Amino acid sequence: MSLATVVVGLVQLALVVVGGPLLLGLMRRVRSRLEGRDGPAIAQPWRDIAKLAHKQRTRPTESSWIFAAAPLVLVATAATVAALGPLISLTPPLAASTDFIAVIFVLLVGSVALALAALDTGTAFGGMGASRALTIGALVEPALLVAVLALSLPLHSTNLVAIVADGLRHASVLVGPSHLLALASFIVVILAESGRLPVDNPSTHLELTMIYEALILEYSGPDLALVTLGESMRLAIWLGLFVNLVAPAGIAANATAAGLVLGVVAVTLKVAVVGVVVAFFEVTTAKLRLFRLPELLAGGFILALLGVVTGAVMR
Amino acid sequence: MNGETRDLGPGGLLEAASALLQSGYRLALVAGLDDERGLRVNYSFLAPGRDPVELRVTLDQQTRRGVSLAALSFPASRFERELFDLYGIDPVGHPQRRPLVRHAHWPEAYHPMAKGAGPAPTLHPDDGGYPFIAVEGPGVYEIPVGPVHAGLIEPGHFRFSVVGETILKMKARLWFTHKGIERLVEGKSVEEVARVAERISGDSAVAHGLAFTRAVEDALRITLAPDVEARRAVALELERLYNHVSDLGALANDVGFGLAQAKALTLRERLLRLNERVSGRRLLRGVITVGGARLLDAPTGTELDEIEARVAELTAMTLAQSIVVDRFTGTGVLSLEAVRELGVVGLVARASGLDLDARRDHPIEGVTVAPVVVATSGDVLARYQVRRDEVAASLAALRGAVAGVSTFHLAGSSGSGAGLGVVEGWRGPVVHRVELLDGRVTRLKVVDPSFLNWPALAVALADTIVPDFPLVNKSFNLSYAGNDL
Repeated sequence: MSLATVVVGLVQLALVVVGGPLLLGLMRRVRSRLEGRDGPAIAQPWRDIAKLAHKQRTRPTESSWIFAAAPLVLVATAATVAALGPLISLTPPLAASTDFIAVIFVLLVGSVALALAALDTGTAFGGMGASRALTIGALVEPALLVAVLALSLPLHSTNLVAIVADGLRHASVLVGPSHLLALASFIVVILAESGRLPVDNPSTHLELTMIYEALILEYSGPDLALVTLGESMRLAIWLGLFVNLVAPAGIAANATAAGLVLGVVAVTLKVAVVGVVVAFFEVTTAKLRLFRLPELLAGGFILALLGVVTGAVMR
Repeated sequence: MNGETRDLGPGGLLEAASALLQSGYRLALVAGLDDERGLRVNYSFLAPGRDPVELRVTLDQQTRRGVSLAALSFPASRFERELFDLYGIDPVGHPQRRPLVRHAHWPEAYHPMAKGAGPAPTLHPDDGGYPFIAVEGPGVYEIPVGPVHAGLIEPGHFRFSVVGETILKMKARLWFTHKGIERLVEGKSVEEVARVAERISGDSAVAHGLAFTRAVEDALRITLAPDVEARRAVALELERLYNHVSDLGALANDVGFGLAQAKALTLRERLLRLNERVSGRRLLRGVITVGGARLLDAPTGTELDEIEARVAELTAMTLAQSIVVDRFTGTGVLSLEAVRELGVVGLVARASGLDLDARRDHPIEGVTVAPVVVATSGDVLARYQVRRDEVAASLAALRGAVAGVSTFHLAGSSGSGAGLGVVEGWRGPVVHRVELLDGRVTRLKVVDPSFLNWPALAVALADTIVPDFPLVNKSFNLSYAGNDL
């Protein structure tokens, strides 16, 4: 691990930490505007995090260390992927071992930690949220793994950095049906994993309808600040990986200063664009009935599977 | 009082009530009264197109043993539980004598509406917990919700027994906002009580205000000029409009379709500003006065056109969204049979196919009757569509409205008597029964449609999944304040 790759990792981490809440703020702002409201400032999630960090922390009396550790696990796993994933450069630390499946599983460790913490509270809402979140998780994962398989077929490698680099070298890969189908599946997975519409309504106050929000109902103060930060980082990471798989243009091929600056600008712009598109989509859709979600996620799985099949046939 | 009053013994009550219920009357209100002249219970029955009938029973003030009509009518069984909590009248033969109004922090023997009950006693901590019948079986768990909720909602506690995501049973505990309104108004002048009546349920200021003044006018045998009644009807329809439009947006919002909610909220604001111009008050308080109506201005045709177009756009946009329609259809079905058995009224009853509307069934001279909107499927979609179509009907009824201010001077303060007032508010029929002595209110009994409709919510939830509860609840949109009194 050279110094240059460490610098890349640190820059990526800083970008995701700072940019995650801003991405959330941007999406809320766009949504407000589309609905004819002025909406809060883009920096509002940061203000909320700063406010929460100074507030008193309360924890359920029955909860154990799991509840206390989950926000840290969430942020730590997100930070790991933020530093190691190909976001601004093709030379992140440990590039040779940035396995796509490992990346996904590290992120899932964060999801599972939150679900366990919700169960740990012993409240009905925590259990309900955990049950719903893990049900969706179980449906999301097959689609995700098959999508990874489709993306890794051309290279015979699940190395995420290599897949992105291949896209950068051979533009033809990017428009191949296998690649496109896998990415279509990937976006369904991202919407489900990050609790966006039509899977979950992140802005509801109705406790009984919540999926991911129900998991974190018992968190307060600095714990809630960490959870908010961690979830926005995850959203930024998912979208960052997605845009680099769709259109890797602008990502730095090496760790020169100019390349990194360009990489930061490129990934920020691309993620912002996708964030705005997701916000547009959210305004025009509604939340699916809970029992319809398997149909949506099965659709995602089928898309990924088709991606694998076409990839195999066309070789 | 308009209509017939019969004094009966406890034996005759059952027979008379049974005959009335079978001939198409419904039990609209039961009022207890405990004073120097004895302990009485008044049963008010209503039927479309017919005069109200009142049955009156005098009970022994010492033993306080009453008669139960629970076998004849479900609403009667709840009125009787209320009478037991407030007056200590024991409904002999009642199958479920659980407390209804009384929470565990009231001393058990304290019946606040009984004669000589005195001021409120020291309340104990509510250490009774919430005893609910536990549903048992493999995988069954309970979800307690409320009384404090995440949004700006009135307090109510809901206990769900759930297996997986399917609701097996839901019990609601209300009366967290019991304020003792019926005791509060005793001995006050009708003008003072009219102000209280407007504040019973904030979203039904006109309906409650009008039901009270009609009851007073019934008691004092005051007949108003048709144009005064027409002006009151304008206020009533304006109240229906802003509430229905709010619900059209809120229902969409509860399935995550925020765009419709944003549009509905701006439209609601437009309507509240119209209210302010027309009445001086955004929520229409002060329009209804005893014997009068105070309408400063009338909505213009252009305004009504604009609102009609915007409502049409809002509802078309909402129902064009297939996910929304999917969420609404077949959710929270309330059958017509259940509506009849539970004595459900108002908008909810009409969405299940019961053709009942006090505006048509108890017409007032000078008020044009809007067509009654009925749907049949009894699901959330039906309740959405009834609201949509009632908005259109209200807008049509508002055309040609004429402003004007008229006040009425009660002839002296010597008026006495009993009267009944019925008004079809936006939720359903609001009924007030008043007794006056020398121009002062000696007894007021209020029945908000929410009191009759709350039990139906639990029935509509059978086979519904937990995440659909808020949607079903919103489609009923019952009042806590109007129920708890």
